[in-house]
Amino acid sequence: MKPACVVKDVKKGLVRMLNALDRLMLEKVADLHEIPQGAYNIRKNGEGVQRNTTANIDIVTKKDQPGIDVFVKPHTQGESVHIPVIVTEEDITDVVYNTFDIGEYSDVLVVAGCGIHNSGSRKSQHDGIHNFFVRKGARLKYVEKHYGEGDGKGQRVLNPKTIIEVEDGAVVELELVQIKGIDSTVRDTEIRLAENAKLVVTERLLTYKDQEAESNITVELSGANSSAQIISRSVAQDHSRQSFYFDLIGRNKARGHIQCDAIIMHEATVRSTPRISAYHSEAQLVHEAAIGKIESEQLIKLMTMGLSEKEAEDTILKGFLG
Amino acid sequence: MLELEKVSWQVEETETEILRSIDLTLAAQKIYAITGPNGGGKSSLAKMIMGVYTPTSGRILLDGQDITQLSISERARQGIGYAFQNPPRFKGIKVEELLKLAAANNPEKVNIYDLLYDVGLCAQDYLERDVDASLSGGEMKRIEIATVLARNLRVAVFDEPEAGIDLWSFQKLAETFTSIHQKYDTTIVIISHQERILELADEIILMVNGKISLQSTKDKILAGILHNEACLCSERCEKGVGQNA
Repeated sequence: MKPACVVKDVKKGLVRMLNALDRLMLEKVADLHEIPQGAYNIRKNGEGVQRNTTANIDIVTKKDQPGIDVFVKPHTQGESVHIPVIVTEEDITDVVYNTFDIGEYSDVLVVAGCGIHNSGSRKSQHDGIHNFFVRKGARLKYVEKHYGEGDGKGQRVLNPKTIIEVEDGAVVELELVQIKGIDSTVRDTEIRLAENAKLVVTERLLTYKDQEAESNITVELSGANSSAQIISRSVAQDHSRQSFYFDLIGRNKARGHIQCDAIIMHEATVRSTPRISAYHSEAQLVHEAAIGKIESEQLIKLMTMGLSEKEAEDTILKGFLG
Repeated sequence: MLELEKVSWQVEETETEILRSIDLTLAAQKIYAITGPNGGGKSSLAKMIMGVYTPTSGRILLDGQDITQLSISERARQGIGYAFQNPPRFKGIKVEELLKLAAANNPEKVNIYDLLYDVGLCAQDYLERDVDASLSGGEMKRIEIATVLARNLRVAVFDEPEAGIDLWSFQKLAETFTSIHQKYDTTIVIISHQERILELADEIILMVNGKISLQSTKDKILAGILHNEACLCSERCEKGVGQNA
């Protein structure tokens, strides 16, 4: 085993210690209660602050633009890479380009996520542009969580872009979660699947107050026998606005299914635009979409079990958003 | 124990009177079956007891306390339970979570595996499943019944529990009704068209046109129905106690 290494500035003793707030952010976006096992790269306010690599997973700082290259060796099994981003300053726009090469027949978990704590009056923004190459026969689970807090008026903005090339027989599972505190987000996700490749995307989104969220997911089923399932669930409260655009393209004998459900409350707005496009006679594409309020029967059922109306509503929303 | 005094209910929009001056007293530790033709007001009466509907006039008393204006949640906390005829589904809530929520206020330790067994479902196969459209109507009905069995209730109302229950589990269900009745001293009200369910009851209540047209012991009513006198159905009905049923 190659010994754990850290980024240069850490070696020089310049490591900025993670404080209690940073740890809270890490917990929210990456379920991390302590420094993670395995490979990781923690980025804070536009700079890498802590990194670890393993014998099978290397992380290299990009030379031409901000960001990292993550290399997972072929046949790596059961390892994880955590790349959380913390933004605790106001008036910052952090753009980062990360590239992942997930080696053939490996099986890894990548947890990305961004936590913004903005107590100021000016905007904090993080745009993460992630490119994945999931090689032949590999399995990747990619989890991306977004979380914001802070009582200032400064906007918390996240605009992630994720592009994934899924090679022959590879399997990708994507979990995209934004539950709290992000004022504005535009999320672009583009995925291409080769022969026998498989994709499952689950998206969970909650907006409230005056928040705005847009999610655009394009999936191209290029290879024969590829398949994709996209399950999107969202809750829009108060005056928030949500907009979804799904485009499922079948270019071969392939199967694709989009299921998007939104619960709409108060004065919120939800727009969902489905598109399924077939360029092959054996492409089977299905889109199901529903927007509606919480059914009164659901509330009544939980209230007949002793829950208050508020508790019943919370239980339904919590279950719905997983 | 539970008394309805001249309870009427009129739908505001259409001014249709669904329940007409119902007087009903349910005694502690008894099993009641409510039967009668469709549209006779059986489910409305059940929902009135649960607090889903509030009477236009009249009072509802539980152990002498006026609960007419109490909400559904408050009545639930007082020990009233209701199993839906068409139980709602929940995306993202697992069978186990729903049953645990149901059992949360039961001071007795409830074994969720046993609950599912009592309604004829294998816990291993169902606990992890979502209570959503992936479950059949029959499965939903059984889980619904289990959510009521999970609670320690004074009054439990089951709205057509037999739908979707096969013969084997029907027998099991009958035993379960009897056992919770004995275990918690629960007064059980079952809305049903099935003679086999009516057989479980101490008393049968016949509802027609929003009124109780007859309330008597099981033997008297069943005998009456067999003689085609007590049933006011004007036409044959497939599942119930209609003419020639």
